[in-house]
Amino acid sequence: MLKTSICGVKLENPTVLASGIMGVSGASLVNVSKNGAGAVTTKSIGLEERKGHPGPIMITTKHYGMNAVGLSNQGIKLSMPEVVYAIKNSRSPVIASIFARKVSEFGVLSKEISKTNPALIEANISCPNVEAEFGKPFATDPDAARDVTKEVVKNTKIPVIVKLSPNVANIAKIAKIVQKAGASTINAINTAGPGLAIDIRTKLPILSNKTGGISGPAIKPIAVKAVYDIYDSVKIPIIGTGGVISGEDAVEMMMAGASAVGIGTGVYYRGIDVFKKVSDEIKVFMKKEGYSNLKELIGAAHNV
Amino acid sequence: MCEDKQENPIVLDVAEVVDEGKDLKTFRFDIELNASPGQFIMLWLPGVNLKPFSISYQDQKSFGVTVSGIGEFTNKLMKVKKGDKLGIQGPYGTSFSEKGKNVCLVGGGCGSAPMAFLAEELMKKGKNVSFIIGANTKQGLMFLNRFKGKKMKLIACTDDGSFGYKGFATQALEKELEKKKFDIVYTCGPEIMMAKVVEIAEKNKICCEVSMERYMKCGFGICGQCVVDPLGIRICKEGSVLDKQTVKKITEFNKYKRGPCGKKQKFSYC
Repeated sequence: MLKTSICGVKLENPTVLASGIMGVSGASLVNVSKNGAGAVTTKSIGLEERKGHPGPIMITTKHYGMNAVGLSNQGIKLSMPEVVYAIKNSRSPVIASIFARKVSEFGVLSKEISKTNPALIEANISCPNVEAEFGKPFATDPDAARDVTKEVVKNTKIPVIVKLSPNVANIAKIAKIVQKAGASTINAINTAGPGLAIDIRTKLPILSNKTGGISGPAIKPIAVKAVYDIYDSVKIPIIGTGGVISGEDAVEMMMAGASAVGIGTGVYYRGIDVFKKVSDEIKVFMKKEGYSNLKELIGAAHNV
Repeated sequence: MCEDKQENPIVLDVAEVVDEGKDLKTFRFDIELNASPGQFIMLWLPGVNLKPFSISYQDQKSFGVTVSGIGEFTNKLMKVKKGDKLGIQGPYGTSFSEKGKNVCLVGGGCGSAPMAFLAEELMKKGKNVSFIIGANTKQGLMFLNRFKGKKMKLIACTDDGSFGYKGFATQALEKELEKKKFDIVYTCGPEIMMAKVVEIAEKNKICCEVSMERYMKCGFGICGQCVVDPLGIRICKEGSVLDKQTVKKITEFNKYKRGPCGKKQKFSYC
């Protein structure tokens, strides 16, 4: 009932662990897959090791999460065995997320990570938390988004997901450019904003990076709108990410046009078994409303 | 499902700073925390960093954490004075079960911090408490005055013999076990010590609970930095207190831990 697929990769259910959460090690990804995720995504992997930003790196309220972890990772060489371990032991497909400072580095990473044979590669071109070092995210510039996508695709035979930023004037236009450049799937959206929270007793920004990407319930309408618009402008599948906490949220995202839903901050709100909970809730909804196949939901809001 | 959810440092004035030994300080805050022994808070030194610390003291209206100045962050904390502002988040993590009537606590170095809080709670519940508190040397022994004359057995030991029993806390534990039967051993300290405690508990067929430490960033189970191999569980969420059976399944226990970038770092003695 919950089966879905992303460019040929079969998922038992549409919940996908979003990149950046619980993706530090292979064992962690396996644990998430045991908790019901239809697919799991590694934390973004770069060329060299990075410690990330000092703490606090994340705060939450009942409405949103705000984080600036700063792309900490152990570098491609040491990350590869973790990805291999995850692929070997995970019940669900593994998506390898990569990030880089330069277009050419994306090519190197794409080539290297392909040796581990992940189900999909996700190019993270939309992290909002390293601007001071990296400059504006590639996803905010149509030409840069195109160049990076081409470079990643050129260096692998594995289907490529491109993760887009909501912090642009027209995300559907960028999606179309990225599709033309060879992307097999769009993941929308990365965190929004970025935002800023100030501690009023010390007068200091709380996050050490000052600003952070906003996630969680508050950004769901932004994500749903982005997916809705992208669905109209591309033919490739979409992973809808942003504020999916419940089965109802997931259904809404799929009706907007998502073939699968990314879940990150939901791990905080509902626990590590959020994937199983969301899947069960989707099933309950489908039974109640008389749906028998996820395909009936995907893009349904466009056909009324 | 999102109601009442919030993880955000609350900035408090430090109510008191207590010298506990060489580069060992307890910071007390006037706030009702309602923590259980073994739990930790994330402590924010504004503008610097945020790190986890076990709760070492708690009463009706205040609590404390005891910090050892051993690194960049904790050395900066050593300069914090009464009235300075620090942020706290939590309490987080699992706690000791507090089961058993005859209980033995083994604390090593700064690991004695949560054990002291546990010892006081267990005494309140009328348990027979033996508290083995170990350190390299006398200056590293904390809470000796705090437990002086209390209805419990305090066994202080130092590696160099500068105070109390000369030898490791684990040797003191073996000696105690020759004399007395315990229902459970609770421990916190260096992993090499805790591994030995687990081994001794195993040999003596008694329960054992361990408070583990791993590099943490968020503290509330989302960043995934503190996951352990091969279980993939989070020390901040499914831990930091784990029972012996779980610890035995953690293959990295007493072998390596992951640093801020996720890279495995072997313990120096491995």
